[in-house]
Amino acid sequence: MENIIELDNVTKRFGGITALNKASLKVTRGEVVGLIGDNGAGKSTLIKTLVGVYSPDEGDILIRGKKVNAWNALKARESGIETVFQDRALTPQQSIVKNIFMGKELRYPFGFIKEKEQIFEANRLIREIGFTSKLINAESPVGNLSGGERQGVAIARAIYNKAELIVLDEPTNNLSLNETQKVFDFVLNVKKSNRSVLFIGHNIYHVYDISDRFVILDRGEVVHQLNKNDISTPEELMKIMRDTIGAHL
Amino acid sequence: MSNNNSFLSNYFHRNGRALGSIGYFVLLMVIFLIGAPEAWIRPNLHQSVFVMMPTLIFLTIPLVFLVASGEIDLSFASTYAVAAYVFALLVKNGVDPAICLVLGIFTGAAIGALVGTLIVVFRLSSLVASLGVLFLLRGVILLLSNSRSITIMEVENHWIYPLLVGNFYGFPMQIFWAAIFVIFCYYFFNKHVFGIHIQHVGDNSVSAEQMGINVNAVKIKAFMFVGIGSAIGGIFTTMITYTFFPTQGFGYLLLALAAVFVGGTPYWGGLGTIIGAVFGVGIIAYMEIGIIAIGWSGEWRQFFNGLIILLALLGHRLHGERVR
Repeated sequence: MENIIELDNVTKRFGGITALNKASLKVTRGEVVGLIGDNGAGKSTLIKTLVGVYSPDEGDILIRGKKVNAWNALKARESGIETVFQDRALTPQQSIVKNIFMGKELRYPFGFIKEKEQIFEANRLIREIGFTSKLINAESPVGNLSGGERQGVAIARAIYNKAELIVLDEPTNNLSLNETQKVFDFVLNVKKSNRSVLFIGHNIYHVYDISDRFVILDRGEVVHQLNKNDISTPEELMKIMRDTIGAHL
Repeated sequence: MSNNNSFLSNYFHRNGRALGSIGYFVLLMVIFLIGAPEAWIRPNLHQSVFVMMPTLIFLTIPLVFLVASGEIDLSFASTYAVAAYVFALLVKNGVDPAICLVLGIFTGAAIGALVGTLIVVFRLSSLVASLGVLFLLRGVILLLSNSRSITIMEVENHWIYPLLVGNFYGFPMQIFWAAIFVIFCYYFFNKHVFGIHIQHVGDNSVSAEQMGINVNAVKIKAFMFVGIGSAIGGIFTTMITYTFFPTQGFGYLLLALAAVFVGGTPYWGGLGTIIGAVFGVGIIAYMEIGIIAIGWSGEWRQFFNGLIILLALLGHRLHGERVR
């Protein structure tokens, strides 16, 4: 199977603190990888390094087997990696359409924006992800939306860009059951189209349900990796997580 | 019906602030018309306002971009004079005025880029840092020019004079260029990647960065644009009066800032309105002249400018808190 992205012995430090220590991780085509770990385990740093918000101090990042240099957020997006950040990465005073196309606007020559096309696509997307309120359209400001709807806008962005890998950072936080189910449906759809998902979560049950493979992170190190076939219940996953972190202490 | 509601509410969200400043402008006109009807229907009063407006437009509109990006610049009032100084000095030394114009504007852009880089790279407060640059540059001009003005009557005979600031059948050409500038900036702010990225960056710079927008580059470009606008304003004024004088531009510092906020651009970043700013400039310019026209003494000007700024802030508040 082709590796969409691979982190090879990546280290990231902030001042004297090593947030990520020789972490290695790969995501292959068509799989859903669940990244789990306690608070402060370095999940967020790992994700932000993977998607180019942070640049690694040591180690390599490989896209489809090729090493990349000067990795940054724009390059990550151009390589087909879209991220739904924990904070959704939205600009609340701007419209839904501007948020969906933020950083990847549809452009005419000289940088002018294809506004009509963007609005048309945004209206299509927000219906697709299930916005039913007639009060909301592509030009409504994001600040007026609920938490679940904002998550929808962040996901719509990933859908539009037809990413090869979608990184979901704590996507089910603060969502209702119904909204959580929508996120799950979205992940399954991505998988069905032979694209990949990296799913980060606190809730072991959510991660267990949705993932094909699990990566356990503790204090900046990848301490264990296993396939879903290796275990049969979320409780078993939880026990393995406790044991590996305990052994790591 | 509900579709109609969402259309109206979106329309208000997008244009409410500009409409607010248009409302203030109309109100001001009505007050002056009632206060001094004879003075108000005389065309020469409006002519003098229209002579003042272009300079203020070149200063104010780029500031809308910068304030929307979440920064502020006070140094533009000195950049204005530095660019004018470069222009006047070169003209005086026999350089072709068209080349002097280009070099003057380039000077403004370079100063903007330096100020922006200083603020963005070292993460300085743009208010305090640009205040420092304001004084520093003014000091440089006073030292270089020995506090002496430069008269450049010779520009009148060059083709750029009638083209840029001449009279076209009684119509001052600088108004034409200011109008072109406004139209250009309207599209640049609302329909171009540059303006859209500025709004994202000023709204939430962390989000913008996560989406791959180069936040520092966007901000530095906004500072450069302010430098370019100031240079154009300074050089135009110098051409109109045939004179560079070392204190020029200082008087516009507070007026241009007032026009930004009175024009409906909130101070917190992420939003801005070009059309609103044009009316903000109109309000400030008419204030300067209208108070005298209705027979009050000039001392009242500052009082009313202050009052209008406070009313504009209240207007921002009425239009809604910053959404997060």
